[in-house]
Amino acid sequence: MAAVATSPTPTTTTGRPVRRRFSPGKAAAWTVMGLIVLITLLPFYWILRTALSTNAGLGADPTNPLPVDLTGTGFERALGLQSAKEAVAQGGAGGGLDFWRYLLNSVIVSTLITGCQIFFSAMAAYAFSRLRWRGRDAVFGLFLAGLMVPTIFTLLPNFVLIKQLHLVDTLLGIALPSLFMTPFAVFFLRQFFMNIPQEVEEAALLDGAGKVRIFFRVILPMASTPIITLSVLTYITSWNDYFWPLMVSYSDSSRVLTVALAIFRAQTPATGVDWSGLTAATLIAALPMLVLFACFARRIVSSIGFTGIK
Amino acid sequence: MTVASSSPPSRLPLSGAKAVVPTRKAKARARGDGALAAVFIAPAMLGFLVFLLWPTLRGIYLSFTRFNLLTPAEWVGLDNYVRMVNDPIFWNSLTVTVEYVVINIGVQTVAALAIAVLLQRLTQSALLRGIVLTPYLMSNVVAGLVWLWILDTQLGIGNEIITALGADRIPFLADETWAIPTIALINVWRHVGYTALLLFAGLQAIPNHLYEAARVDGASEWRMFWRITMPLLRPVLAVVLIMTVIGSFQVFDTVAVTTAGGPANATNVLQYYIYGSAFGRFQFGYASAMSVALLVVLSAITILQYRLTRAGQTDLG
Repeated sequence: MAAVATSPTPTTTTGRPVRRRFSPGKAAAWTVMGLIVLITLLPFYWILRTALSTNAGLGADPTNPLPVDLTGTGFERALGLQSAKEAVAQGGAGGGLDFWRYLLNSVIVSTLITGCQIFFSAMAAYAFSRLRWRGRDAVFGLFLAGLMVPTIFTLLPNFVLIKQLHLVDTLLGIALPSLFMTPFAVFFLRQFFMNIPQEVEEAALLDGAGKVRIFFRVILPMASTPIITLSVLTYITSWNDYFWPLMVSYSDSSRVLTVALAIFRAQTPATGVDWSGLTAATLIAALPMLVLFACFARRIVSSIGFTGIK
Repeated sequence: MTVASSSPPSRLPLSGAKAVVPTRKAKARARGDGALAAVFIAPAMLGFLVFLLWPTLRGIYLSFTRFNLLTPAEWVGLDNYVRMVNDPIFWNSLTVTVEYVVINIGVQTVAALAIAVLLQRLTQSALLRGIVLTPYLMSNVVAGLVWLWILDTQLGIGNEIITALGADRIPFLADETWAIPTIALINVWRHVGYTALLLFAGLQAIPNHLYEAARVDGASEWRMFWRITMPLLRPVLAVVLIMTVIGSFQVFDTVAVTTAGGPANATNVLQYYIYGSAFGRFQFGYASAMSVALLVVLSAITILQYRLTRAGQTDLG
């Protein structure tokens, strides 16, 4: 059931005549595809290569395809494992950034946002799709109108509000505006809930289950695939957010990875940018999302059309 | 599929209450699920009212005030808007933003369409789809830093390749003419895979027999693209365009980590200027007025695009 819901036309994935004889057009198409893959992936390799080099080596041998003077000092600097003196000697800023802490902050904020936002949005989506109450369509229309407001427009007033709530520079302050819903999540989940056959719910009703129980025991499990997809995408989005945390967070206690990276970049030492340390920090910030994606890639890739196009 | 596993436990506590069920159901039908719905909708409603509706109204209100965050907002009527219209930096920011959007969306849409069609017609590989999506997993900050390094004038491998080919070094992010196109292309790198997968999903809805019939008639891939793919993809393409244009206008992160608005305001995009006005100069009223202007521009573009592309309609009969 859920599998059918996520792929609109399963027939097109099979039965397509893929095997054809060699043709120049096809060779050209594969070449283009190969180039696209190269442009997509090479930057990642280059960052890894840079992170494993020393700053002195990078300056001396900028074109070497392999790490120059293979070393892990870039990562040590990013993780705050080096003394300031040591860091400066190797071309770092010695600013003492603590990426473990920012990593933890990012995990807390993203987990909090994803868990709460998806759950509350699912509750609302259930009320909009499977419960009957007066004013339902009007309220839903209001939520839909919320889709039209660019997120960026609400940032300044929301900052003012967070400041009035004395939540500036706290993790809760970063998470709060995204904690309850996004119009998109409600809309997206409602679509899936509406596709669950009425008979399934009626069968559960006959068994004596209440609406609350149906929500937890029938609707949520049956929509697990879209819920997981939406959760992963929400996690990635909150993990990657920079503008809002930049506004709200001022100190280590609430600093998330994206903001820390930008600060690392801004602390350029007099000798030039600490590329080795900066690329190492970049990898540390990016790695968790790559791992998360690797775990759910197939599911996400096959259901992404729905998340975007509604 | 999961119903089977969840219904047995639900039967247990209600064995004695079976007789009550019909009346309770009838009652529920009469008055609907109002009370329960109120509970289910409460958290989302709270979030909607407090963090979406209220800030939207407040943002509009603040645009008519002078407000520095420390003292209460003071009503100044249209002052902020008058100032905005006479502010050359605002107009520069708007121009720069539009230039960015045109390059970003132009290149990205064509590239995403090409990738989507290649993925559809060449191979159905999920691995390839996963690969093209990888940059999307990075934050704009990471993508910006990655390319800042690759395109560095002195040490970047990009310029090493350019000099090896016999050309002069290009100061991609330090030059007034190069900076905006460079930032636009960095963001294409990050977003093109996601856009391609959206379009790919749209392509999946085109019935395969159309292509087979065309092939029997001897049509080339090129012809099939223009006669089958493009017309039938149009509604999806329109929605994707509206989404990506709105996203593109909000560019901030990449600018913040690569050029910080420079050189000489060449990359001072609207969102960056708004941020600077609010958090650099504490002119929240003026920043809000510019946000309202951006909101108006975005709404106008959405309506216009929707009309022009007939986004709501499909040709697939």
